[in-house]
Amino acid sequence: MVASIAAVAAFVVAPSMGWWFPTPGYSLSPLGAQIDDLFYLILAITGVTFIGVHVALVYILWKFGSGKGERGVFTHGSHTLEVVWSIVPAGILLFIALYQMDVWARYRVKSNFDAEALAHPIAEVTARQFEWRIRYPAPGKTLQDTPQFDDLYTVNDLHAPTGRPVVIRLKSEDVLHSFYLPQLRVKQDAVPGLAIPVWFQCDKVGEWDLVCAELCGWGHYKMRGQLTAQRDAEFQKYLQDLQKSQFDDGVPLAKAAE
Amino acid sequence: MSTINPAQHLGAHEHGDAHAHGGHHEIGFVKKYIFSTDHKIIGIQFLFTTLLMLFLGGALALGVRWQLAFPWREMPIVGKLIFADQGGAIPPEFYTMLFTMHATVMIFLVIIPVLAGAFGNFLIPLQIGADDMAFPVLNMLSYWFMWPAVFFFVGSFFVEGGAAAAGWTSYPTLSANMSAAPASGLGQTMWLMGVTFVGFSSMLGSVNYMTTIINMRAPGMTLFRMPMTIWGMFITAILQAFALPVLTAAGFMLLFERTLGMSFFTPGGLVINNAPATTGGGQVLLWQHLFWFYSHPAVYIMILPAMGMVSDMISCFSRKPLFGYRPMVYSISAIAGLGFIVWGHHMFTSGMNPALGMTFMVSTIMIALPSAVKTFNWLGTLWGGNIQFTVPMLNSIGFVSMFVVGGLSGIFMAAVPVDIHIHDTYYIVAHFHYVLFGATLFGVFGAIHFWFPKMFGRMMSEKVGKVHFFLSFIAFNCTFFPMHMLGVAGFPRRLADPYHYPYLSHLMPLNQFITYSAILMGFAQFLLVGNFIYSIFKGKKVGRNPWNANSLEWTAPSPPGHGNFESVPVVYRGPYEFASPLVSEDFLLQTTYLPHEDRRAPQPAAH
Ligand SMILES: [Cu+2]
Ligand SMILES: [Cu+2]
Repeated sequence: MVASIAAVAAFVVAPSMGWWFPTPGYSLSPLGAQIDDLFYLILAITGVTFIGVHVALVYILWKFGSGKGERGVFTHGSHTLEVVWSIVPAGILLFIALYQMDVWARYRVKSNFDAEALAHPIAEVTARQFEWRIRYPAPGKTLQDTPQFDDLYTVNDLHAPTGRPVVIRLKSEDVLHSFYLPQLRVKQDAVPGLAIPVWFQCDKVGEWDLVCAELCGWGHYKMRGQLTAQRDAEFQKYLQDLQKSQFDDGVPLAKAAE
Repeated sequence: MSTINPAQHLGAHEHGDAHAHGGHHEIGFVKKYIFSTDHKIIGIQFLFTTLLMLFLGGALALGVRWQLAFPWREMPIVGKLIFADQGGAIPPEFYTMLFTMHATVMIFLVIIPVLAGAFGNFLIPLQIGADDMAFPVLNMLSYWFMWPAVFFFVGSFFVEGGAAAAGWTSYPTLSANMSAAPASGLGQTMWLMGVTFVGFSSMLGSVNYMTTIINMRAPGMTLFRMPMTIWGMFITAILQAFALPVLTAAGFMLLFERTLGMSFFTPGGLVINNAPATTGGGQVLLWQHLFWFYSHPAVYIMILPAMGMVSDMISCFSRKPLFGYRPMVYSISAIAGLGFIVWGHHMFTSGMNPALGMTFMVSTIMIALPSAVKTFNWLGTLWGGNIQFTVPMLNSIGFVSMFVVGGLSGIFMAAVPVDIHIHDTYYIVAHFHYVLFGATLFGVFGAIHFWFPKMFGRMMSEKVGKVHFFLSFIAFNCTFFPMHMLGVAGFPRRLADPYHYPYLSHLMPLNQFITYSAILMGFAQFLLVGNFIYSIFKGKKVGRNPWNANSLEWTAPSPPGHGNFESVPVVYRGPYEFASPLVSEDFLLQTTYLPHEDRRAPQPAAH
């Protein structure tokens, strides 16, 4: 019983100790906020169940474990109770399951993606041992399935505009990896042989973590990237600067493009 | 060990008259204790082996914990010996081997064989009133097929590149490609060979258990008079028989891909670690589907027998019939049935079709229902009982408590959107350790104390057992409960050094606390083994039925001789007739004959 009180207490103090959702503690994306809401809903339901079952357990052990040696009650069960404690949890569980559908559909079903974002992915992210290779289309162009001569490249440094949904194409060059943005509650495995569109929307300007969450070999731990979320104008400027630094060999850019 | 002592309390029996095997020929030491075909000896062999492996798996886990608490620091005691060139610190490639082999050893060499191999073997014939298993030689082989697996797993640490390091899930292409990691060579191949041998061992066992339970029950032992332990073992055997071939086939496919250049799981055009591009044609996700088609049911293989044993112990030490016997049977059957259609919950972030995510979510969440029914029935059994806090009972109560935690935390992961965030984090690690360690292993601790007198004719020390239980229980919860918080904080699994991520750097003190708790938990297990070994020689001698329980094994001598029972037992009732108003004692053996029992008017429960 001490253990169960400690368990509840641990959950109560966890946010103040930093043992909770990654800083800033709430999700930076609207969909992530809905995921957090679902998390708290399940936490409430399971928390009440946990406390209820343990209060009952401790009470039973205290009441019937006194060692007075009274003879146990001779009963083999109760049909009514069985029906009640099958149907009530069944209803709650079914509710939990159905309540999740909407968020999941918006996260993963392509037809629900923002059409504009899906038509113009901001980048192709290719995972390989042990880095993230990022390919942007040239400013004003659309990302093609195959690399183009004017594409822009970075490693481990993904930039994205804030305030609107964006899509990346996720690929892997060698083994499984997983594209994880903890502050945005986004996770998607990078699967060799597949190109998976992943969408997210970051509403807060800043530098956020990009983590590899699927074991990819001995250097898995160091496969660290960064998501820089910036206002749209700054993002465009970033791409232009990137273009300049990538193609600037003293020859004017217009000529190289001919 | 295998002769019947006629002085024990049911009175003298004619020597040898009851042996179904006819005749009482002397057998040599090797046949009796090493290549034995007696189910009890084989069960005890399994028990010793798995306890040994428990320490190996635990040591590997402590290596993982050391790295997470004190990354790149010299490991105490063993560091200088093993990693002299790294200054005693664990190198990252070895870290990936540590968690891979920890899981492999614990799952394939501890949990599965301790339940089915040790307790299944020991208890099935005794509890259904048979003289041995249906196929004693297969049974012996099932034990000895475990040793090649031990050889491959342990031996792989000493080959070039080291042991398998692709996780116990061995996802391709990391596991399929020879150049994907330093340990992707012989170590990974040996891992696959080991798993195949463990599979042979389990398959031989499960065929045997099914046949034995269906065909060899004593007269009167109807299916619904079987103890829950037997139901757990029976359903497990069915699960094994239907799920295991899929893993074995997948294992061979991966083996052929690695050794013969076939390509089941590798798509074309991959350049892995600067090796020549792969030729391709395979599908990465295929392995995940095949692997989890076995390995999800395996989760139930790893808990249903423990649920059965715990049900028996809780009823016995509540001195009260099991509450809702039939609903219990139906719910483990439902768990087993549903268990076949939930494997996709391991793949929510894998990139499979999102519609599958939805269906697998519904089936997975609904599997919590039979688990809830079981929990309520355990509480119902305790309610109104005359509870005795023996060591088996304490461990069983611990089982129920921690199974509730593991069950509830499972709902978070079953909910697909929430799983997006906690997938592949320490939340998952917390969850399955609550189920497999908190529940199953505590159930096994209880079962060891409960059936020890039947195995060796002596009791284990209750005092040491209680100290072991409380230490393990506290240390276990201090180790694994905080991992839920780590998971919510997005702390990924399998990272050798997570702290260079800015959002994780403040979590090191919590990890150090976890590691200290894990070390305490590890050392507490020496109490169990010390108590176990000491009690084999020096424990208090007991008669046939030290716990005043009802099921058939308690009517046999302790330990039972070759052939188990002096005469074929006849069963008159179920195994849970504690506190029956028909008799004055508070237990009523399944074999006790009461004249006109069924014609007696039911009497009000005595208080
Ligand atoms: Cu990785
Ligand atoms: Cu599963």
